[in-house]
Amino acid sequence: MDALSLHQLTVRYHQRTVLQHVSLNIAQGQFVGVLGPNGAGKTTLMRTILGLIPPAAGSISVLGAPCRRGNPAIGYMPQLRSSLLHQRLRGWDFVAGACNGHRWGLPLLGKAAAREVDWALDTVGASSLAQRPLQELSGGERQRLLLAQALLGHPGLLLLDEPLISLDPRHQHGVITLVREVQQQLGIAVLFSAHELNPLLGAIDQVLYLGHGQAALGTVDEVITSPVLSRLYGAPIEVVRQNGRIFVMSGEVDIEKEEHCHDV
Amino acid sequence: MFDYDFMQNAFIAGGIVALLAGIVGYFLVLRGQTFAGHALSHVGFAGATGAALIGLSPMGGLLAVTLLGGIAMGMLGERLQGSDIAIGTVLSLSLGLGMLFLHFYTSYATQATALLFGNVLGVSSETLWMLGSLALGSLLALACIARPLLFASLQPELAEAKGVSLRRLSVLFLAIVALATAECVQIVGVLLVFTLMVGPGASALQLTSRLGLGVLLAAVLALAECWLGITLAYYTDWPTSFWITTLSALAYLLAVLYRRRPAFLRSVAH
Repeated sequence: MDALSLHQLTVRYHQRTVLQHVSLNIAQGQFVGVLGPNGAGKTTLMRTILGLIPPAAGSISVLGAPCRRGNPAIGYMPQLRSSLLHQRLRGWDFVAGACNGHRWGLPLLGKAAAREVDWALDTVGASSLAQRPLQELSGGERQRLLLAQALLGHPGLLLLDEPLISLDPRHQHGVITLVREVQQQLGIAVLFSAHELNPLLGAIDQVLYLGHGQAALGTVDEVITSPVLSRLYGAPIEVVRQNGRIFVMSGEVDIEKEEHCHDV
Repeated sequence: MFDYDFMQNAFIAGGIVALLAGIVGYFLVLRGQTFAGHALSHVGFAGATGAALIGLSPMGGLLAVTLLGGIAMGMLGERLQGSDIAIGTVLSLSLGLGMLFLHFYTSYATQATALLFGNVLGVSSETLWMLGSLALGSLLALACIARPLLFASLQPELAEAKGVSLRRLSVLFLAIVALATAECVQIVGVLLVFTLMVGPGASALQLTSRLGLGVLLAAVLALAECWLGITLAYYTDWPTSFWITTLSALAYLLAVLYRRRPAFLRSVAH
C-alpha cells in the first residue's frame, strides 16, 4: 500500500492555484525531499494532506484511507515558531502536550500515554534533553524534541516542514541523519521539505519538486535535470554537478542560494 | 486582626480571587497573551462606570463588558497577535470613556478610586458568594479545556491538524480570563490587575519548567502575595493594592535572580 497517493489533485489557496491536476504515489518506507521555489506550495501541500485545506478537485489518500483532519496515521512537524525560543516549559511537558491533546479535560497523562512520550523521546535520543527548558536548548536539540512530538501515536507518514530552517550546516546534517535513522528504524514514509537540495543528497530516496502548479517525483537523477526543472520554474534552468554537489542555475544565478538568502 | 468582619471578608475574597488569578494567569503567560488580559480590565472600567451612570450595578457592568471584550478578542484570534497598538488604543479609549461616564456621574468619587485601585477591605458578604461561585465556575471551565488549551498554546499548527479548533479555544479561554479579570478588579482594581494575574504566573515560569508544579506555584504565590499584602496593609495602614503590587514585583525579581543564579549555587542533581 502506498503511504501517500494524490489523484488529479488541484489545490487553491488564497485565490491562487498552488497545484493543478497532480497525480503521484509515494510508497511506504520512502524518504522524500520536498523542494521547490518559495511559494511553490510545500507547506500548502502538507496542510492539504493534513486535511486543513480542502482540495479544489481530485483526491488524496494516506495509507489507503481518504485524507481527513486529525488523522492519527500522519505525524506533523510544523515550521518552528519563534515563540518556542522563549518557552520556559521543559521539553517533556512540551512533547507531552501533544499527547491526546485534542481531548477535553485536564492535561494529565495515563501510564500508557506517558510511556508513549518516553518512547518517542527515546527514539530520537532526547530523553535527557527533555528535562531542560526549551529556551535553553540549541536549535538542533529543539528539532529533536519536535521530531519526538511528531512521532507520538506511531504515525505511518511523517510530514516535516522545513526542519533545517535557521540551523547551521553541522546541525542540519545532524537533523537529516536523525530523521533518516528514525525513518528506517520505523519503516515509515517521510516528506521532508527544504530550501536546498545538497544537504539532503545521499540521505533521501526520492525528490518531490514543486513549481508552477506542477510536481515531479523521482530519484535525484530523474528529477534534477534541466528539462524537468525548466518546466517547473517556467524558465530555462541549467543543472550543474560538481564534486558530488548539484547547483540549480538560472542564467548565472544559483537559484537555491538566492531563495535561501531571501528567507534568512 | 480577624476580630473584624471586614478583615475576614477581605481574606476570604483575596484567597478566592488569588487562586483563580494565579491559575488562569499561568496559562495567560504561557500563551503570551498578558497584554490582552491587561486590556480587558480597562474595557471593564468603561463597563462599570457606564452601568453606574444608567443606574445598574457597576459589578454587573464590569462583568458583562469584560466578558464581551474577551469573547471579541477570542474571535479576532490570530489577527490580534502582536497588534499591541490596536489593543493599546482600545485600552486607552475604554479608560477615556470611563472618565466621561464618571464626569456625568459626579456623586461618587470613592467608587471611582475603588474601581481603579481596588477595595478589598470593603467586600460585603453577598459579594463573597458571587466571587466564590464565579471563581468555581471559571476553574471548572478551565479544567475542561486545559488539555487542548495547552496543546494549542504550545503548538497551534499541530493542534489544528489534530482537530483542535483554535478559535473556539481562544474564545473560551479569554472568556475565563475576562471573569478572572473582573474578580481581580474587586481586590486590586482595574489598573493593577496585571500584578495579580501575570506576576505570579510569570514568577512560576521562572522558578520551574514543570507544568504541574508551575500551575501550583502560581496559585500559591498569588495567594501568598494577596494575604501578606492585606496583612501588611492592616498593620501599616497603607493601601492593600500598594502592598500586593510590591510583593508581586519582588517575587518576580527574586524568581529571575534565582533562575540566573551562578553555577556554583545550583544543586548537583540538576
